[in-house]
Amino acid sequence: MASGERTAFENPVVEWIDSRLPIFTMMQKEYGVFPTPKNFNYFWNFGAIAMVMLMIMLVTGIFLAMHYTAHTSMAFDSVERIMRDVNSGWLIRYIHMNGASFFFIAVYIHMFRGMYYGSFKKPRELLWILGVLIFVLMMATAFMGYVLPWGQMSYWGATVITNLFSAIPFVGDSIVTLLWGGFSVDNPTLNRFFALHYLMPFVIFAVVFLHVWALHVTGSNNPLGIEPKGKQDTLPFHPYYTMKDTFGTIVFLFIYAFFVFYAPDYMGHPDNYIPADPLVTPAFIVPEWYFLPFYAMLRSITFGVNIYIGAGAVLAVLAMIPVYSKKTNKELNIGAMVGMFAVAGALFMLGYFAQLKNGAGEIMLNLPLADFFFVSAKLGGVAVMFGSLLLVALMPWLDTHGIRSARFRPLYKTALLVFVALTFVLGIAGGKPAEGLWVYIGQLATLYYLAFFLVILPLLSRFEKGRDLPPSIHEAVLQGAK
Amino acid sequence: MTTIKIKVLAVFVSLVMSFSFGFSPAYAAGGGVKAPAQQWHFDGMTGQFDLAAMQRGLKVYREVCAACHGLKRVRYGNLEALGYSEAQIKNIAVDYTVTDGPNDEGEMFDRPARPSDSFVSPYPNDKAAKAVNDGALPTDLSLIIKARAYGPDYLYALLMGYEEGGHGHDVPEGKHWNKYFPGYVISMAPPLSDGIVGYEDGSPETAEQYAHDVVNFLTWAADPYLEERKRMGIAVLIFLAAFAAVMYGVKKRIWADVH
Repeated sequence: MASGERTAFENPVVEWIDSRLPIFTMMQKEYGVFPTPKNFNYFWNFGAIAMVMLMIMLVTGIFLAMHYTAHTSMAFDSVERIMRDVNSGWLIRYIHMNGASFFFIAVYIHMFRGMYYGSFKKPRELLWILGVLIFVLMMATAFMGYVLPWGQMSYWGATVITNLFSAIPFVGDSIVTLLWGGFSVDNPTLNRFFALHYLMPFVIFAVVFLHVWALHVTGSNNPLGIEPKGKQDTLPFHPYYTMKDTFGTIVFLFIYAFFVFYAPDYMGHPDNYIPADPLVTPAFIVPEWYFLPFYAMLRSITFGVNIYIGAGAVLAVLAMIPVYSKKTNKELNIGAMVGMFAVAGALFMLGYFAQLKNGAGEIMLNLPLADFFFVSAKLGGVAVMFGSLLLVALMPWLDTHGIRSARFRPLYKTALLVFVALTFVLGIAGGKPAEGLWVYIGQLATLYYLAFFLVILPLLSRFEKGRDLPPSIHEAVLQGAK
Repeated sequence: MTTIKIKVLAVFVSLVMSFSFGFSPAYAAGGGVKAPAQQWHFDGMTGQFDLAAMQRGLKVYREVCAACHGLKRVRYGNLEALGYSEAQIKNIAVDYTVTDGPNDEGEMFDRPARPSDSFVSPYPNDKAAKAVNDGALPTDLSLIIKARAYGPDYLYALLMGYEEGGHGHDVPEGKHWNKYFPGYVISMAPPLSDGIVGYEDGSPETAEQYAHDVVNFLTWAADPYLEERKRMGIAVLIFLAAFAAVMYGVKKRIWADVH
């Protein structure tokens, strides 16, 4: 990196180092004069904010690890010792505990930004995939971190989530045994989770490095979604964006600090202040808030795939294949597609109601072969949960529309905002006991989540006309049409 | 342009703040009536401990709760935070006996507690506690306020929430009906009644006052740095607000010549 042409620095020490390892030249190129579109809004602050959060988590985490004991009989006590006896231990732990939530807040906004302004599109596909990878690694890290205090939710959350892997055919049980280090969540589990919780942030750090590297190859997207055409469209990163990012970061830290000092346990579950007890199951087990939409999708699959649902799914795929193919819009047979979807929907409903029980506990619809399942409800739930993340990673190939920014795509904008709203609904559903109306609300929201990626995005890519794009960033800014 | 940005930011901040000012935990326990909110001296951004209430609460804990409930994460020496002198704390500690050892002869021995000892639990272990209490385990109270949703309000409501007769429900022998307890049927007998603890400072000797005082004491026990945390928080927020204002000025000035 940054080898080749090099201008000498005035400071002799800097020059001595730079001529041997051009680190100052690289910093100057990548963070000093780096040409950055001049029309960023405040959504573009969240990458820097996420970076700051990662640093805060690393530093506080290292200090917590100095006082933490990864043993089932001592973990809870050691955390309480941090809270009571370690100098400023309560502060470090509250910063770390709430930091996890605020890291996720920053990353969720960062991801929304990418979706809204089409930052994931060519040529930034790999940049996007690396980002999704960071998100998945964060989820694993946060999950294992939540287990460490060894409270009731730690223990039972770990039990529920690790058990999910047993749904994987053939190797599931072996994977669960490997995760546990035995035959239940116990001391070996806690030990390996601690080791991995310490390791993973450094893996995240490495992927963040790749993420930033890829960003500096393509350059940033911007709210207009059109590439800068010359010097009049960009500004040097420093001081324009260094200062703007600093301002945004401080505002974010203000909100974060408010929680650390005035509502430190707001985002946690009170049960986690009860030491883990394998003999007492909590009234209902909920993961941390940032997992709730995915948890809701997991629980929404209350039905297995029988012959009816299977046939419906195959038909839906057949209906969509021409849309995914290279056929032109004129070659598509919309009437046939709608018909196939109608039949697929009807088959799905048959298969669904053939499994649904009414208030008296009787099957609502008796159909032959309805209780032979190709895929069990549990495996279906796990597949949808992990699939929902995979779909995010595949977004560059599901949304192939030529216009990036939702500003010039009113239909995409509406579909995306509905998607965001329903993700919040999923989050609420995930925090409720899986019974009554919330199950159906969760199922409908899950349906939209999947349809958004698999049906709506490909169709909009073909048929949304979109508005006219401005000729350049510079002209758009001058007209005030930001 | 800038004003729009600021508006968006302000909406975002106020959204987060407005839902957070409730201070309410994200999850509430199911199966009981929601505890009515009370006014506490330690509430709010400038909340402080009420030392007099905590001293009375300690008395209630020692004379009533401690018969069954431990407080093992608090040390006698920590009582300094309630305003006691070293001599007073030593006096409290010597009322308790701890088993120490082994000594040079290899024997375990009993000695009076010292300020560096943790509060002595009433039972040697959980099994002994269950054996005496019909299979129910009296919870250690060190973290009870944090371990329940809306902890202080819940505990106060629970202590005052006993109802005779159980609303026509069948309450098993030796159990009690409490409308705030998840599931309503609680093993703990109504612990507080008027006049059972003598106060020296002239405060009313009523069950309500006892419940209020013991909640104050246990809030400190669960969260001893609450006051320091809230004090530090104000300084941190003022600093960050000022820093943000300065950075906003810097940013605006740097961007002034950009079109």
